[in-house]
Amino acid sequence: MAEVVIEAENLTKRYGDFVAVDQVNLRLQAGEVFGLLGPNGSGKTTTILMLLGLTEPTAGLARVLGYDPQRQPLQVKSRVGYLPDQVGFDDELTARENLSYIAKLNGLRHPTGRIAEALARMGLGEVADKRVKTFSRGMKQRLGVAEILLKRPSVVVLDEPTLGLDPEAAREFLQIIRDLKREGITVLLSSHLLHQVQMICDRVGLFYRGKIVLEGRVTELAQQVLGGSYRVQLRAEGPDVTEILKAVPDVLSVDQREKSYYELEARRDVRAEAAHAAVSAGARLLAIGLQEPSLDDIYARYFESVGANDRSHLRIVGGA
Amino acid sequence: MVRARETREGSPWRGLWVVVAKEMADHLTSARMRFLEFLMVLIALGTIYMAIQNLRAGEEHFLFLKLLTTAQEPMPAFVGFLGFLVPLIAIALGFDAVNGEFNRRTLPRILAQPIYRDALLLGKFLAGLFTLALVLTAIWLLIVGMGVFRLGVPPEGEEVARSLWFLLATVAFGGVWLALSLVFSILFRAPATAALASISLWLFLTVFWGIVAGMLAQVLSPVQFGFPQEILSQANLELTLARLSPNTLYAESVLALLQPAVRALNPILPIQLHQAILGTPLPLGQSLLLVWPQLTGLVAATILLFALGYVLFQRQEIRA
Repeated sequence: MAEVVIEAENLTKRYGDFVAVDQVNLRLQAGEVFGLLGPNGSGKTTTILMLLGLTEPTAGLARVLGYDPQRQPLQVKSRVGYLPDQVGFDDELTARENLSYIAKLNGLRHPTGRIAEALARMGLGEVADKRVKTFSRGMKQRLGVAEILLKRPSVVVLDEPTLGLDPEAAREFLQIIRDLKREGITVLLSSHLLHQVQMICDRVGLFYRGKIVLEGRVTELAQQVLGGSYRVQLRAEGPDVTEILKAVPDVLSVDQREKSYYELEARRDVRAEAAHAAVSAGARLLAIGLQEPSLDDIYARYFESVGANDRSHLRIVGGA
Repeated sequence: MVRARETREGSPWRGLWVVVAKEMADHLTSARMRFLEFLMVLIALGTIYMAIQNLRAGEEHFLFLKLLTTAQEPMPAFVGFLGFLVPLIAIALGFDAVNGEFNRRTLPRILAQPIYRDALLLGKFLAGLFTLALVLTAIWLLIVGMGVFRLGVPPEGEEVARSLWFLLATVAFGGVWLALSLVFSILFRAPATAALASISLWLFLTVFWGIVAGMLAQVLSPVQFGFPQEILSQANLELTLARLSPNTLYAESVLALLQPAVRALNPILPIQLHQAILGTPLPLGQSLLLVWPQLTGLVAATILLFALGYVLFQRQEIRA
């Protein structure tokens, strides 16, 4: 069994009557990428701040690399790299000077080489001596990662790392996260951009009103929330084949979205049977595909069910 | 269950000098500071030039101290200018110390490094104080140099000692305003609000507090029958109230330090002057004894205000 690097036990944060984080339990193993998901204000950032010892939990325990962030924050903070959401730098200083300050705060002895290395790795070697105020959002984000690399951390915490980045910069950033994982660094990231999280996370935890209501691998969550259903999309010209498709075994429903476009919900992968049925009925089959369960679907479906039922439903899957 | 506060591990001052060096570099290169330095040098040159014109007429003792205190209409003396310029510089150094970091979104990044908040806040305060001391020392040297050049005599040992104490008192006075603006920079998220609050408090204490103290004294200790005791107690009360303002404390310190003939800062009765030779200068030790309460008062006010800021900052959530 892999080593547990981040652990939270009934972590709770209250502001007066408002419960920002409600008895959150988390376990991250070394080397995994874990995504905290949820709408804005659902407690993701507060949880992160408690894990880093930057805010005090009202109750509960946290352990990061075996240290208590409350009592040993310096130990935690010298080993964990943190990229806050919408990271800011001293705009009047150059990229190199900004990193040099951070290196000194970390007590690094000879930081010059490390700084150059970190900047080069993030593709900022050319602009190292330019003032940060000339940087784009994506460059600042990469400078934030360069700063993290300076510490050579074993755990990295990223808060909304792709928020506000253009698609190209976001793609680059996801690649950076994959590279971190390849080096064996444990990554905890928070986001509300689900399709991006799905691409890189080993496991996810879904926050809702301060609680983690769903947790696990994306495929497991799909089973749990979508009831193990498969969605097949089929495009066929010619006669209406709705009734014929409905007759295929294990098909639960057929939805004709457009004149020649059908969506099937089925208990298993029925692509072969459905194609055969449509062609036999005289339709011209143009395309058929199986839709992977996406986090967006899981998310939407989950909140539909929460909205439809009463709130006690939340507890059924809570703290998985 | 709320956990009892446990002791933190590691030194609270780790990284302190790194912060001091960084903040001082920021101050000394900032446009704001250059502007104020320019103003200071201009005022020093102007007032000292005027004073020298006045002094040349007759040779006296303590020529160098008179350089600082001699005024010629319409110019006030150098110390008079300092009385309102030092608070302004101190406020300019501190009003955006903490909220500026918030607004640049650099605070979470800095606090995620292995340092405590203690080091950051004290570092910012010390950097401001050192910057102020540096500027004042430079101007002090400038004045001494100009004095030697124009008067043609070197300053006496006692004059140097007295003007150094004066320098120290000025730094302590600046410390009060620096600590105050630091508190406002923690309280108010907008730097403009913090600056305005500091300046309005400064205006109140400079312009109105003297009037308010007089009126309060008349109300609280009225002269009903015209007895000398009544008049004396009213005057003493007014003085006590006036001394709640750091401006009064500073003005009194400067008076006694730079004018050796001053033997008392309180109202005194003729009987207390028995056997005194009026107009003869006091030795430095006696002048210091006279203003010791004022000097310690300034230092104590600085420490109290800093402690207030410290408590506020420790409790502040770092989330924007």
